[in-house]
Amino acid sequence: MIILGISAFYHDSAAALIRDGDIVAAAQEERFTRIKHDSNFPKEAIAFCLKQAGVSLEEVDHVVFFEKPLVKFERLLETYLAFAPRGFTSFRKAMPLWLKEKLFQKSLLTDFLAEMVEEKPSKELKKSMKGKLLFAEHHQSHAASAFFPSPFDEAVVLTMDGVGEWASASVCIGKGNELNIEKEIQFPHSLGLLYSAFTYYTGFKVNSGEYKVMGLAPYGEPKYKDLILEHLIDVKEDGSFRLNMDYFDFATGLTMTTKKFDAVFGGPPRVGEDRITQREMDLAASVQAVTEEVMEKMVRSLSEEYKDIENLCLAGGVALNCVANGKILKKNYFKNIWVQPAAGDAGGSLGAALAAYYLHLNGERKKTNQNDAMKGSYLGPVYDDSEIEKRLEAAGAKFKRHANDDEVVEITAKALADEKAIGWFQGRMEFGPRALGGRSIIGDARSPSMQKTLNLKVKYRESFRPFAPSVLREDVDGWFDLNTDSPYMLLVAPVNDNKVTPMTAEQEKLFGIEKLNIPRSEIPAVTHVDYSARVQTVHKDTNPKYYALISRFKDLTGCPVIVNTSFNVRGEPIVCTPEDAFRCFMGTELDMLVVGNCVLYKEEQDQALAQDYKDAFELD
Amino acid sequence: MDFLKELWMFLKVRKKFWLLPILVIMVMFGGLIVLSKGSAVAPFIYTVF
Repeated sequence: MIILGISAFYHDSAAALIRDGDIVAAAQEERFTRIKHDSNFPKEAIAFCLKQAGVSLEEVDHVVFFEKPLVKFERLLETYLAFAPRGFTSFRKAMPLWLKEKLFQKSLLTDFLAEMVEEKPSKELKKSMKGKLLFAEHHQSHAASAFFPSPFDEAVVLTMDGVGEWASASVCIGKGNELNIEKEIQFPHSLGLLYSAFTYYTGFKVNSGEYKVMGLAPYGEPKYKDLILEHLIDVKEDGSFRLNMDYFDFATGLTMTTKKFDAVFGGPPRVGEDRITQREMDLAASVQAVTEEVMEKMVRSLSEEYKDIENLCLAGGVALNCVANGKILKKNYFKNIWVQPAAGDAGGSLGAALAAYYLHLNGERKKTNQNDAMKGSYLGPVYDDSEIEKRLEAAGAKFKRHANDDEVVEITAKALADEKAIGWFQGRMEFGPRALGGRSIIGDARSPSMQKTLNLKVKYRESFRPFAPSVLREDVDGWFDLNTDSPYMLLVAPVNDNKVTPMTAEQEKLFGIEKLNIPRSEIPAVTHVDYSARVQTVHKDTNPKYYALISRFKDLTGCPVIVNTSFNVRGEPIVCTPEDAFRCFMGTELDMLVVGNCVLYKEEQDQALAQDYKDAFELD
Repeated sequence: MDFLKELWMFLKVRKKFWLLPILVIMVMFGGLIVLSKGSAVAPFIYTVF
């Protein structure tokens, strides 16, 4: 039974393919088209999934879309009706799109799929494609992506995001191959949209800047938390909540917040690239604190309600809030927590396919063991050494192909210890927003200058966010206040006290990013101003080469922690192919590039191939 | 035609027949907007996509 899942037409289009419940491939369309957050029909991602599985589209049994467009339309109509005559402008602008395209998504999907098989598809082909189409619910897709690949036979599943059809949060109980929705919170009351409102208000892009708000929060004080709780959101003891829609414009307007919102927080939203002030930092800290409070209350209440279940699964965009995840873990409400690495809408493609297999077709769920079924989230394209060699040669690269992994690991570990900034392109590309050692830029976490070097010379950003650490699983508790698997970089934990260097009173007075540049621990490049870090534990069974690299680095330096940031510049989708990697390498000040067993040094390259990379992508 | 069948099934399953007159009026109204504008390119509105 081959099932293809698709998420598309909102943001982060993606495709995933499963065979008899086994996850074969998954990728986001943006990685192929090089358009960040590409929302178009994921033609390239589908083509990759089919190629990876070695099947044609006609051999696919079902194609499952991640949400139900008609139910979404119902929500739109009922919302316009409930708020009328407010919302006419939004209605006027939204209707043409719905009436011309979005309402007919079934036909649209049928046509797109058929055109992937034949340039001018016949009626029969279209009919056959239409017959394969199924539609899952948005939160059902999220919940399925959180539960079915998890290592648990039974779990409480909590999904939270902006909004799907009606639900903005849902609680499901998963057992074996069953997954039942128990309760949900419906639009317009949404924790994701509350967070997005502050993302907008603090001057970042909605749907992509939320992680910046989370990164900004440690610089501020939650001064506005009480105001948020007093005016914007009514949170009950069990974590359920209602938003006061007088302060939000997203239900019927063209933006996120109203003038009343501005009045409460003392001014208009920050615009574009304006300087970030202490006010934005305090606002970020406040909305982060409220989010954590709501999530903690929800999880505590669920742990009391479902006393017999010791596992919790999380998905939906809010589950990418790794700071809140870390705090929930610390509270020990549930014995185990598992977060879907592609927790956002891209992961809905995988969830939709899994929901169809287990819930619609009653597929058998294979016995779970210690490991989850995500295969380390390395579900994207892979290139063997001879293909890499061909592609790099065609791109004009000068490189040496080494005979085996050991040689490459040795060279790279030494370069890391010499504080080189290295592009690390290995194996299959990751599914989800994080680079996990497949398409990563790596560096020495002990270096006090690595943070600045990577930010200014490689990533082209003056970031208030530190980089994330990759640490050997068995060494994680020696460096961080964490002793569990965090393979997907979705848990934040404090750096251990014995590794921390406290700031002097004078250093404490520094503002914003200046504070970040003070070495605050033995691994300053990955330590945030509040001494926390977004930890990735590296496991021998899921990424042996990356594990070997960090082990060798540990042998050389005594430190089992390295910097891991995504292989891209600001605004660029993470690299997918060897050519993408080479272009990024030549366009930035990376010292070295390792693609499979091919090693490239910057000084050996033809400098005529360097291009203006800095301004090639729209800022995110 | 297929779409109308689906819409009918949708209203039946969701028990939302009361939406039908509103739907007709809104769709007509929306249709007018479509005809007058001639473009399906809308600005990004956060919750309508």
